[in-house]
Amino acid sequence: MEGSTALKADPSGRRVIESAVVRFAGDSGDGMQLTGSQFTLSTALAGNDLATFPDFPAEIRAPVGTTFGVSAFQINFGARVIKTSGDELDVLVAMNPAALKVNLADVKPHGLLILDAGAFNERNLHKAGYASDPRQDGSLEGFRVFEVDMSQLTQDALKEAGLTKKEALRCKNMWALGLVYWMFGRERQATVDWLNEKFARRPEIAGANVAALNAGHAFGETAEVDAHLAAFSVPPAEIAPGLYRNITGAEALSWGLVAGAAGAELKLVFCSYPITPASSLLHSLAGLKDHGVVTFQAEDEIAAVGAAIGASYAGGIGVTSSSGPGVALKTEAIGLAISAELPLVVVNSQRAGPSTGMPTKTEQSDLYQSVFGRNGDSPLVVLAARSPADCFEVAIEAVRLATRYMTPVILLSDGYIANAAEPWRLPEVEDLPRFPVTFATDPEGFHPFKRDAETLARVWAVPGTPGLEHRIGGIEKASDSGNISYDPANHQQMTDLRRDKVLRVAEDIPAQAFEAGGTEDRLVVVGWGSTYGPISRAVDNLRAEGLPVAHLHLRHIWPLPRNLEELLRGFGKVLVPEMNDGQLVTLLRSEYLLPAESLSKVTGKPFKISEIEAAVRARLAA
Amino acid sequence: MNVQSPASTAAPTAKDYASDQEVRWCPGCGDYAILKAVQKTLAELQADTAKTVFVSGIGCAARFPYYMTTYGFHTIHGRAPAIATGVKLTNPELDVWVVSGDGDALSIGGNHLLHVLRRNVDLQILLFNNEIYGLTKGQYSPTSRVGTRTPSTPGGSIDTPVSAGAFALGAGARFFARSVDTQQKHLPEVLKRARAHKGASLVEIFQNCIVYNDGAFDSFTERSVAAERQILLQHGQPMLFGKDGDKGLWLKRGRLELEAVTLGEDGVTEADILVHDETDRVMAGMLAALQPPLMPVALGVLYCDPAPSYEAGVVEEVAAARRAHPADLAELLHKGHTWQVT
Repeated sequence: MEGSTALKADPSGRRVIESAVVRFAGDSGDGMQLTGSQFTLSTALAGNDLATFPDFPAEIRAPVGTTFGVSAFQINFGARVIKTSGDELDVLVAMNPAALKVNLADVKPHGLLILDAGAFNERNLHKAGYASDPRQDGSLEGFRVFEVDMSQLTQDALKEAGLTKKEALRCKNMWALGLVYWMFGRERQATVDWLNEKFARRPEIAGANVAALNAGHAFGETAEVDAHLAAFSVPPAEIAPGLYRNITGAEALSWGLVAGAAGAELKLVFCSYPITPASSLLHSLAGLKDHGVVTFQAEDEIAAVGAAIGASYAGGIGVTSSSGPGVALKTEAIGLAISAELPLVVVNSQRAGPSTGMPTKTEQSDLYQSVFGRNGDSPLVVLAARSPADCFEVAIEAVRLATRYMTPVILLSDGYIANAAEPWRLPEVEDLPRFPVTFATDPEGFHPFKRDAETLARVWAVPGTPGLEHRIGGIEKASDSGNISYDPANHQQMTDLRRDKVLRVAEDIPAQAFEAGGTEDRLVVVGWGSTYGPISRAVDNLRAEGLPVAHLHLRHIWPLPRNLEELLRGFGKVLVPEMNDGQLVTLLRSEYLLPAESLSKVTGKPFKISEIEAAVRARLAA
Repeated sequence: MNVQSPASTAAPTAKDYASDQEVRWCPGCGDYAILKAVQKTLAELQADTAKTVFVSGIGCAARFPYYMTTYGFHTIHGRAPAIATGVKLTNPELDVWVVSGDGDALSIGGNHLLHVLRRNVDLQILLFNNEIYGLTKGQYSPTSRVGTRTPSTPGGSIDTPVSAGAFALGAGARFFARSVDTQQKHLPEVLKRARAHKGASLVEIFQNCIVYNDGAFDSFTERSVAAERQILLQHGQPMLFGKDGDKGLWLKRGRLELEAVTLGEDGVTEADILVHDETDRVMAGMLAALQPPLMPVALGVLYCDPAPSYEAGVVEEVAAARRAHPADLAELLHKGHTWQVT
């Protein structure tokens, strides 16, 4: 921002910049998530592209003022296409010393710190673990610091509101938001409307929040402000025309499942057990009963997948959702769905592992678990969503493949995707894929493992259908009758069939295409899942410099796209960045005997664009 | 061929519910008798094979679905109640039976049994209790009595067994009944009661494992002692037992404890005998705890006090939401803040 991307001044005197990264950080009780989501809304309405990421503490109610109670919300917005929530912060709004301490390392050199001076007292400094006041001991050298006593100014602005001091102080997040709105020339109306709606039953609280918002804004407009605090303008981005909304991965995924069930013309039965960071999917779908969605909060992960399998057996589309440790518990049941050849969607919102790991931190380390992690030879389909909005399409695709091939599908999301949000151009509902399921009804020549010659999927005969009564299970069954069979040749044949059926999915999915570049380039970056944002931005930046680098991003992890090997063979160097210790890279190496190279990061945080750029540069220079 | 339906014209017989698969339990296994009783029950009820589903877990009992002409799903160890719950949530019209054993239901699947009972999912859950692990060749089970010598407990088992009845009542089950594999008159009547009950119906069936635990229940099932060691409960009837029907249960003076007494002795008359009230949960708990030889084993419907079933509640909740507001996808996608880019 300052000093780097300021392009020109607009007619109002605001400095025009191409993009900015802002993080609001405060105590869990300071309302930072609300502040961030309101800033997101007004930014979207201003026509910028954007991406956001919330970072909230693992503790539900951490002690006030401590570093582990810090909650933050980050937004990257700009006049260009925005692909990540941003590497480094241009602006950090810190509502207390703990928020400053936790987030300072992410602020870029010469970045702007906006501090609530009223919260920097002895007690809060001590709680944050500061031995001395960072504002005075040189810790903030190299940053631009703007201090303002938001606590006091909020109270002053609400003197007439008749609130207690505690209630008034709760409005200081709106004061901060007002100031930042002024900085970036944002409209306040959408937030005013939202406050009035949210506090419709307590108009005095709505009024106080609006007053605080306006006071913060007016402060920026009229006060003799520090030279650091300039007014900026971020012009609208070039965005494809259409109707947009902001959406999180969890919302997009839940709506995609609803759309997928509608496409298959099946009842959606979603069975889950609470786990971080996957629970938001259960919450979202539990609110969609008016769409005919059945949700079941089971007693444990195994019961959740069991009920989902029962749902598919009975002719619905059973979906279960969890994170890595929960999916581990579901493993045996997933094997049952593979053996009984029933459709099932298993959503894994991955988190840092192993074991409990870091539940609130993101990772993509369950690829092995998804592709390989079951007893016996037990192939299934694995898909991965690349961004919050992408979850919608991938969820539809998961239902399509599960029902068309009578197979479990694991859909990989992660903690970052689930919680992050981005603008999404709404599809036309009539253009969404439709793939109505046909149940077996004809007793003539029926047996439960009769297969479709093209897909190798078995027939789906649902209890309640007269004349098709049959028995299935996890025991090996004869390929020509479905009866229990321990025949050696039959087991070989059934194992082959289960493998080939899943491999045939490769014929039913789009050929892999490049996101950027092509086979004429020297190096290809192969990604999957939520690394899409940083890889895509890094490759675009490097290509703009003329470097011969291409980008492939996989949605279908298993089976792999049919043309992938041919595409990869054309490159001297294949680099695979992953938020794990190197899992896709192993799969590619073992499948294609390619010298693919891993770029691994397991810090619980997404890749920075700069990290990928540096890795590519190093390899091209070598 | 794995598909069969009973001939549709004549009234069905037990045979119409028997599949063509060769039954592979050990000769003399109590499971044969239970299979026969279930087939007979379905025939008497003229159950529709197309709408009947048997779901099982793992164990000897779990092979049961293969021998029926209904729909059947042989699943994984302990999880049948969870899978059956999913079936009922998706199609509540189906008549779903869960077949399980003492290890499947009370050990590896104990958690699911607990929750399916407290949720009151409309299922008939048949618990074949033989107090032993049969399929894995004779280890002690969670219902084995203390001191049971098996390959895994050569010195005799140490841990206290679980009582299916106490477990079910503690879990909040609304129906608990008991019968014996070989009691071919009693068992079908109990099964019919279980099916008539809307909600989770747990039926514990004492089943003899002829290979690994033969005679485990002889102390009250042997023909010579059965009348003296069993009390066949009937709702609204005095709790009498004995060859001559001259023994009964009453409450010990000053204690919440059942006592067996003999009519005519010490001035006891039939009017002193407790009348079975199957909606009395406290009494059901005391009946479930009766143990031979001092007390008779309580058989029949120990407890039946219906409450709304879970899947009916779920279905109604969805239906009510749709009546109030039949949502469509376009509306969902457009809800909240949207903006137009031109």
